[in-house]
Amino acid sequence: MTRGPMTRPPRPASANGSTASANGSTGSTTTLDVRGLRVTLPGTARPVLDGIDLTVGSGETVALVGESGSGKTLTSRSALGLLPPGATTEGTVLVEGHDVLAMDADRLRALRTDTVAMIFQDPRAALNPLRRIGDFLTESVCSARTGDRAMGRSAATARAVELLDAVGLDDSALKKYPSQVSGGMLQRVMIAAALMGDPALLLADEPTTALDVTTQAEVIALLARLRERFGTGLLFVTHDLDLAAAISDRVYVMYAGRIVETGPAETLFARPRHPYTAALLASTPRLTTPGGRLAAIPGQPPDLRTPVTGCAFAARCPLATEVCDEHAPAPLQVSEGPVHLAACHHSDRLVGEGSAVDA
Amino acid sequence: MPEPLLQAVDLRRSFGTVHAVDGVSFTLPEGGSLGIVGGSGSGKTTTARIVVGLEHADAGEVRVRGRARPSRARGREQRLARAREVQMVFQDPYLSLDPRTGVDQVLRETLRLHFPDRDPEPRIRELLDQVGLGTRAADALPRQLSGGQRQRVAIARALAVEPAVLVLDEAVAALDVSVQAQILNLLADIREQTPIGYLFITHDLGVVRCVTDEVIVMRHGSVVEAGATAEVLAAPQHPYTRLLLDSVPHPGWNPDRIAAARQELTSPLAQPTQHTGGRSEPT
Repeated sequence: MTRGPMTRPPRPASANGSTASANGSTGSTTTLDVRGLRVTLPGTARPVLDGIDLTVGSGETVALVGESGSGKTLTSRSALGLLPPGATTEGTVLVEGHDVLAMDADRLRALRTDTVAMIFQDPRAALNPLRRIGDFLTESVCSARTGDRAMGRSAATARAVELLDAVGLDDSALKKYPSQVSGGMLQRVMIAAALMGDPALLLADEPTTALDVTTQAEVIALLARLRERFGTGLLFVTHDLDLAAAISDRVYVMYAGRIVETGPAETLFARPRHPYTAALLASTPRLTTPGGRLAAIPGQPPDLRTPVTGCAFAARCPLATEVCDEHAPAPLQVSEGPVHLAACHHSDRLVGEGSAVDA
Repeated sequence: MPEPLLQAVDLRRSFGTVHAVDGVSFTLPEGGSLGIVGGSGSGKTTTARIVVGLEHADAGEVRVRGRARPSRARGREQRLARAREVQMVFQDPYLSLDPRTGVDQVLRETLRLHFPDRDPEPRIRELLDQVGLGTRAADALPRQLSGGQRQRVAIARALAVEPAVLVLDEAVAALDVSVQAQILNLLADIREQTPIGYLFITHDLGVVRCVTDEVIVMRHGSVVEAGATAEVLAAPQHPYTRLLLDSVPHPGWNPDRIAAARQELTSPLAQPTQHTGGRSEPT
């Protein structure tokens, strides 16, 4: 099997710009622009997403970090217009300048085949086990597209081979069934499939969590290379802080449906300014921390049946005071230089302590 | 010299042509904690299952306090005695509990089976207390509990038997970071309070660093490196251990270099790689 995508010939300039211009792009370099997104589900006491502001520039890698139930997956899916049934929304989700939440079924279909692609956590659950990988790859551009935009079968196969090569697989994979390849290879197939439509935005929801540790690095390296080559914006959803720190340009940290801190990856992890970020970093077992006890965060995140007044993290926060229970903190710039926001009344008290909490 | 708590001697197990476990030996001292790390298909889970008795070994022996564990238990007494030697906590707290059995009922059943002469109630309270669950959780069904709470129940159930060894197969892998830290601290507490020994199967080297004294690194069914956890992680001797360590994301992480190192390590190998459908790829 030929591996080594690094030695492949360069692909001619990608058609990445075509979808943008066809859509009458606003000319900005922001691929995804979520503004004030609030999603409420029936039968819940608080919004699942509560005023999310998030951007992904073209060619940028942005990590969205949080624990189960924080709303990170829902946020990423909103870019595809995939919201749970019965959800009511406020705010806008702009992809290349167009509001996804206002799209009709046809526009959404076009969005999902042409502009935004998603890589899921478990490749085995996302593929039909009875169909060959080749069919799976070409399906999105042959059948899902309508009219002129549909690609011919041979053109689609040629593109599939090209992308398989880009992800380090040869064309023998086309004839194989999902059960005949390993999980790591199948995730490469998923990445190739996601790139078939030349998307402007790639959503990766825990794409390496189900993979072997050593395979993870390979898939990440691959994503980074492809992002550079195709200029795709990448929104990387993960619970792994160290992974987020290692691969992304900017990071958003979510807690209970809100963004509690955002900033450049390096600054945010070196000097967290929200106690939740600091506590998460401190509770992660690391190679460098000696054995024994971890600084665990007491309690649990609030569930959807509990209304939240004030800061959602207050009940578990070592810095919390009365004001935290009463008023939800607004995100504020916490340092000079690039945008670094923290939604915390006591963000200042973390200065200098940051390293202590992290150690 | 006292007998070690748990000893595995030259364990072997094949599935068809794949040598899942190929001559694995290790020793767990009384009150010790031993980690088994390795990638997917390294044989770490099969090894754990052999120790527990969920899988039988083609060859080799598992000894608890010097006594060989019979590969098949005959009769109720022997089965119960076997269960008191080794208990297991599984990875997925959503699958390892009966959805229709309440938490206190799970513990009561286990206690009645193993200690029919004792009043189970005080012990149930003691166990719940030990794993940090309140009395409210005692009446709950598994579906009313969070993942972390369920894993606490699974640990309480395993402890109820008062086993000599607790085998934890990726027991914290499915949990969120903050909950994972709570469970790891809980496991550290239990080890301080009881003479129990841990056999900790994981792919997460940070977790290994945190909860184990000694570690063995497995690859393709064999132990490639063994030693004190701190030393192995600080100065890995085998290239595969180094690769595992480099694979952990850290500042200045270079996934390209790891990918290259991984291919280098894989290519000259004469053994088939153990993919799920690996038979299609005899290298």
